Amino acid sequence: MFDPNLLFEQFFNGLQLGLLLFLLAAGLTLVFGIMDMMNLAHGSLYMLGAYVAAQITLWTGSFVLGVAVSLPVILLLGVCLEAGLLRPLYARGHLDQVLATFGMILFFNEFVRLVWGPEGIEVPLPDFLKGNIVIFDIPLPNYRLVVIGVGLIVALMMYLLVTRTRTGMLIRAGASNRDMVQALGIDINRVFTLVFGIGAALAALAGALAGPILAVTIGMGENILIQVLVVIVIGGIGSIRGAFVGAMLIGIIDILGRSFLDTFFKLFLPVNAAETAGPAVASMLIYILMAAVLFFKPQGLFPAKTG
Amino acid sequence: MKKILVYGISALALCFTAPYAIAAKAKKIKIGFVTTLSGGAGVIGKDMRQSVEIALDHLGKKMGGIPVEVLFEDDQVKPEVGKQKTEKLLNKDKVDFLSGFIWSHVLLASRNSAVKSGKFLIVSNAGTSKIAGRLCHKNIFSTSWQNDQVPMALGEVLNKRGVKSLYIVAPNYAAGRDMVAGVERTFKGKVLGKDLTKWPTQLDFSAELAKARAANPEGVFIFYPGRATNAFFRQYAQAGMTKTPLYSVFSVDSLSLPKLQQAKLQNVLGTYSTQFWSPDLDTPVNKKFVEDYRTKFNAYPSHYGAQSYDSIMMIADAVKAVGGDLSKMDAMRDQMRKASYPSVRGDFSYGNNHFPIQDFYLREVIKDSNGNWTTKIVQKVYENHQDVYAKKCKMKKSW
Repeated sequence: MFDPNLLFEQFFNGLQLGLLLFLLAAGLTLVFGIMDMMNLAHGSLYMLGAYVAAQITLWTGSFVLGVAVSLPVILLLGVCLEAGLLRPLYARGHLDQVLATFGMILFFNEFVRLVWGPEGIEVPLPDFLKGNIVIFDIPLPNYRLVVIGVGLIVALMMYLLVTRTRTGMLIRAGASNRDMVQALGIDINRVFTLVFGIGAALAALAGALAGPILAVTIGMGENILIQVLVVIVIGGIGSIRGAFVGAMLIGIIDILGRSFLDTFFKLFLPVNAAETAGPAVASMLIYILMAAVLFFKPQGLFPAKTG
Repeated sequence: MKKILVYGISALALCFTAPYAIAAKAKKIKIGFVTTLSGGAGVIGKDMRQSVEIALDHLGKKMGGIPVEVLFEDDQVKPEVGKQKTEKLLNKDKVDFLSGFIWSHVLLASRNSAVKSGKFLIVSNAGTSKIAGRLCHKNIFSTSWQNDQVPMALGEVLNKRGVKSLYIVAPNYAAGRDMVAGVERTFKGKVLGKDLTKWPTQLDFSAELAKARAANPEGVFIFYPGRATNAFFRQYAQAGMTKTPLYSVFSVDSLSLPKLQQAKLQNVLGTYSTQFWSPDLDTPVNKKFVEDYRTKFNAYPSHYGAQSYDSIMMIADAVKAVGGDLSKMDAMRDQMRKASYPSVRGDFSYGNNHFPIQDFYLREVIKDSNGNWTTKIVQKVYENHQDVYAKKCKMKKSW
């Protein structure tokens, strides 16, 4: 009944989902943490990243080029959004920010409908990414391996950026005590713009990578945004390390719940009840985890704020 | 003086007779068509609307000699919006017939408004068990099927093909559970495992596919409509499962196939699904419908479109039978019950619950002569099949 290969494979799947979530959560947690800004439109940047990458792929036939072009385009868009639309909102309450960024979601969704139509687009993968590699009798899809590889590299780069560079120091300082950084004569607005730009580019990367697995459609950002919010709440707002740990936890727990919960319930419930309860509880599992974390650590696992 | 009297009398006479003259023959027939025009599901609404256009072209935009107008409304896949739009069509636009309805939950929310108005409701897609059973009504007709019939037909196919074991993956909502129940009702082999996924947000099926592969079934059954179709087929191929045949219902159709082809998902070719209709179904009406649709819109119509075409044709047939006198509800109902209109599916009959008793076919995905992907009928699975909920409907068959 119990299959160690299956368990290994599900860990692999959880890792891949977790890294995708991390790419989104890293940017969002910094924007939340440093700027104290509720940016619901982060999912829209993810969607636009996916659309731009898909469109370039269709034009040029090169998926790699699509991803490569999508990042700077969305980075630029992120910087413009920050400077033009979001900056006046920093001083206002969270409710205003939620309203404004929710408006941006509606705007971008309609924008995408006007440009690309309601159907969504398909991204054909290059042949070398299509197949799978068999490791210990388990065929692991090449493409998911690539997503894991890219995710890990980005996580490492983020770690180095935040812990080993002067910019990273400013980012950490901004997240932990913004007023003090300003009092020391640092132009916090430039840090904000930089952080927002990086966040946008990471969201675009996540979208571009998710495109060939999921579907490039309108509203794809809202679906994943909820999971990402759970990740940053669990990890602690403003903490890159928290975002990474939170994303891994959510990714693996979500996958393991989906795979083994109904089998587990069948041990002590009638088959029918287990088949109903399994998927229902599996879809709630990450929220149960969030509630548990908040109960014991209300600031999340790795709180960044000190002041 | 005498002249004035004559005028007066004739004017009075006109006043009394004129309303009757109008009632006997409507000046214009209005049909309210509720569908989805926005969001990802807007492609379904688009196909239905285009098929209605083809039907109107074939009718010369007239029914029984009276000009006809179809008003489309967008339900946004939301029950409350669908109900609102239904009431708007009935109360503000004063439509004579209601039609459309893709989604079971939207139909159920709008049903009472439609029934209270006393107008006919010709359902073009939603095949919920409730409307087929307990909530059947003398003024509600379906030109599609009851949800369970299609997966039941697929279960029979699996038996015929000697498939001994099956793994089931479907979304966890009303229709998804209906599909699972349907295939389990007829499939005689062993169901090795069953996963119900979160709908509509979950588009990553890595966990479910890993389980399915570990179970090593002889076939996998899915129901994933809309954008989930592509995600599933793509991930199925990536997971290296292409050696296990994939059977689907309501997933591979004329709307999803161009996108699947665009994504170069070769594993879709050769897969099987069941349906009451296919673009190549060999009836004179269907040939004309598909040909004209393809000429006008340069794409294959889907079953949604075929059902919408039939809805309009059925209304036209009833209107013609009463010579355009829309007050003759009973006569129109009798005509509709005969199912004598030119349907894309050929000859069929209506059951006591006003759902079609019809044939179901096994379809295979193939490349047509131009290289476009489409479905082709392989064999007939069910002949004159009636849904299982008909006996829960209190109406008696008297025709």
